[in-house]
Amino acid sequence: MKKSVFLGALTVAGIAAGAAAAGTLDDVKARGTLNCGVTTGLVGFAAPDANGEWDGFDVGVCRAVAAAVLGDGSAVEFVPTTGKTRFTALASGEIDMLARNTTWTFSRDVDLKFEFTGINYYDGQGFIAPKALGVSSAKELSGATVCIQTGTTTELNLADYFRANNMDYEPVPIETNAEGQQQYLAGACDVYTTDRSGLAATRAAFENPSDHVILPETISKEPLGPLVRHGDNEWGDVVRWTLNALIAAEEYGVTSANIADMASAPGDKPEVNRLLGTEGNLGEMLGLESDWAVKAISVGGNYGELFEKNIGENTPIGLSRGLNAQWTEGGLLYSPPFR
Amino acid sequence: MSDTHQQSIPFVRDTMLPEAPPPAAETGIVKWMRENLFSNVTNGILTLAALAAIYYLLSGFLPWLFNGIWDAPSIRACREILQGEVGGCFAVLTERWNQLLFGFKYPDEEYWRPSLAFVLLFAAAAPVMFPNHVPRVLFFFTGLYPFLAYWLIWGGPILSPVFGLLGFVVGYIVWNRLVAQSFAAGFFGAIVAALVTWWIGGMIVEAMASENTLLAAVPSRDMGGFMLNMILGTVCVSLSIPFGIALALGRQSDMPIIKWICVLFIEFIRGVPLITLLFVANVVLAYFLPPGTTFDLILRVIIMITMFASAYIAEVIRGGLAALPKGQYEAADSLGLDYPQAMRLIILPQALKISIPGIVNVAVGLFKDTTLVSVISMFDLVGMIRGPVLASTEWNGVYWELLGFAALLFFVVCYGISQYSQWLERQLQTEHR
Repeated sequence: MKKSVFLGALTVAGIAAGAAAAGTLDDVKARGTLNCGVTTGLVGFAAPDANGEWDGFDVGVCRAVAAAVLGDGSAVEFVPTTGKTRFTALASGEIDMLARNTTWTFSRDVDLKFEFTGINYYDGQGFIAPKALGVSSAKELSGATVCIQTGTTTELNLADYFRANNMDYEPVPIETNAEGQQQYLAGACDVYTTDRSGLAATRAAFENPSDHVILPETISKEPLGPLVRHGDNEWGDVVRWTLNALIAAEEYGVTSANIADMASAPGDKPEVNRLLGTEGNLGEMLGLESDWAVKAISVGGNYGELFEKNIGENTPIGLSRGLNAQWTEGGLLYSPPFR
Repeated sequence: MSDTHQQSIPFVRDTMLPEAPPPAAETGIVKWMRENLFSNVTNGILTLAALAAIYYLLSGFLPWLFNGIWDAPSIRACREILQGEVGGCFAVLTERWNQLLFGFKYPDEEYWRPSLAFVLLFAAAAPVMFPNHVPRVLFFFTGLYPFLAYWLIWGGPILSPVFGLLGFVVGYIVWNRLVAQSFAAGFFGAIVAALVTWWIGGMIVEAMASENTLLAAVPSRDMGGFMLNMILGTVCVSLSIPFGIALALGRQSDMPIIKWICVLFIEFIRGVPLITLLFVANVVLAYFLPPGTTFDLILRVIIMITMFASAYIAEVIRGGLAALPKGQYEAADSLGLDYPQAMRLIILPQALKISIPGIVNVAVGLFKDTTLVSVISMFDLVGMIRGPVLASTEWNGVYWELLGFAALLFFVVCYGISQYSQWLERQLQTEHR
């Protein structure tokens, strides 16, 4: 809105009723930009770089959706949200979708009236311990002091896990991840527990990351995914199938390097052809161009490329694929077929 | 006997002794140390302990400061250069300098605009802060400054600030015309006239809106960094003082409705944490407004912080009013002054003078409270540090350098404000003490 602060305050009521109750997809097309909610900053998942450009794994999903709908991966207005403002921003229509490492839970889906459109990262709570401690499994942690963020689900998960395994522990309550990092390094606790992606990012900031080991056990389920408002199924489908297109592209071997070739003419794999729009009319069913998936994949590559570039093993964060590998490789990523 | 006398002729000095230096223990640094540092055993022990503590702190801090790395692309590069030695990684400050000051979305080529607005702030504040040392002509500039600064920082059509100013001018003229008949007519007439001007101006600006403006428009969402703290701090402090005075006078009023409105406002706002008000501004208002409209977020936050600060300043000023002897009020009445004259000429100058320390206290606290906007996802200085900078893969883990820098910036501003207020108190000192 091109209005001054003063005048805007006074005239805001007058121009209010402009927005009709059209679908989100039409709104986004009319507006020409996608309003995508992201975090105010989480290592590897979303953060602006030195030039102010947003970058990260969740940001990649926003850009892919923008490219699929508008044909331009940079037509995104990133709206930073905190853990406290994210849901109201989505519910009030300030943002069209939320891609902010949000755990898919029953109450968020049902009670808060949101629609999770898939899972782009399977996270779970883990433990980090100094190598010098000499433990190789969380089962050996009986009697350990544990740094734990208070008032979070991780606290409850921890209590459950230790009780289920008949072990005892001594909690060291901390407030934020930064504090946990300092306390753990200062030796206030033997192990530190939080989400595994967070642990990896925390370890990447250590002076000697190789002196610390993330234990193999995952003691909770934290499926993270993009979400949209309840009730606008067309828009939900667009976001869901854009994410699926990224996942399927990896499964079918479509990368940002070879996609121009593969999309130029129908190849001998019918599923790839349908995905890339050289055969069939899947794009039309979604209300998009036939090459919607081509544009979405071209922006940042397929799921695997996004993962490798932002949080994969060659980045300082160094997450391995684990549960986030394709189902063909022992992971949980499983895109429904494109037909 | 005479012998005795001859033997006992006393020594009589007939020349002056040359001046000798005082004993070593009674002069210079030694004397000062004996008196101030080692006057007895306890003090001596305390001095030594304090020296040890200072040495311990400095021996940690100075190498960290002087050995710091100012040029590196990431924290890992810093550590590689340091090779395990102690040293700060100040490279984050040099690389993210502009982001820390202006936020990460303010366009690079426009940085001169907020910088110029900042420099002009001193010129605009000078006539108000040093009225006896600066030519009075500059008051005109002070009046123009809010509109100039708005235009510089937000850009966009120059007509918006012009109409903003025009509204105030029209309001003032109407007030001048009508106030002779009755105060209420002048007051409400001025408000209506200003609103009408703004409304017409708003339509003209909308109609003439073009993409090519002299200064490119920058949306509020792109403001950030220390600039945002300065904007919020300056605007809210300068707005909350007049509102606070009005509320304080209203609370002392004999008119029950005005009194109760003021009491309710002050008690309600003071009873609610600032952070709650900020959440209301950010989150709750979004539900009330129709979808698609955005009521400028910075404006919402300014309104909330101003309300909060005015309630506190009102109570500070009420304290000043209560401290004045009743005789002052009676003296004003017996001179035949009406209420506005009595307040303006006799009561408020004294009450405000008493209130200066309290007002400055609120202002300093308020300036620091502007960092709270980081919890509603605005990227002020602390928001920038906690969010984008610490969340980048390059700088994740650089805490001391960044937060120390933030503390330094805030200290400079807050210390400046406090020194000014002490100077002002000395200037206004008229009692014989």
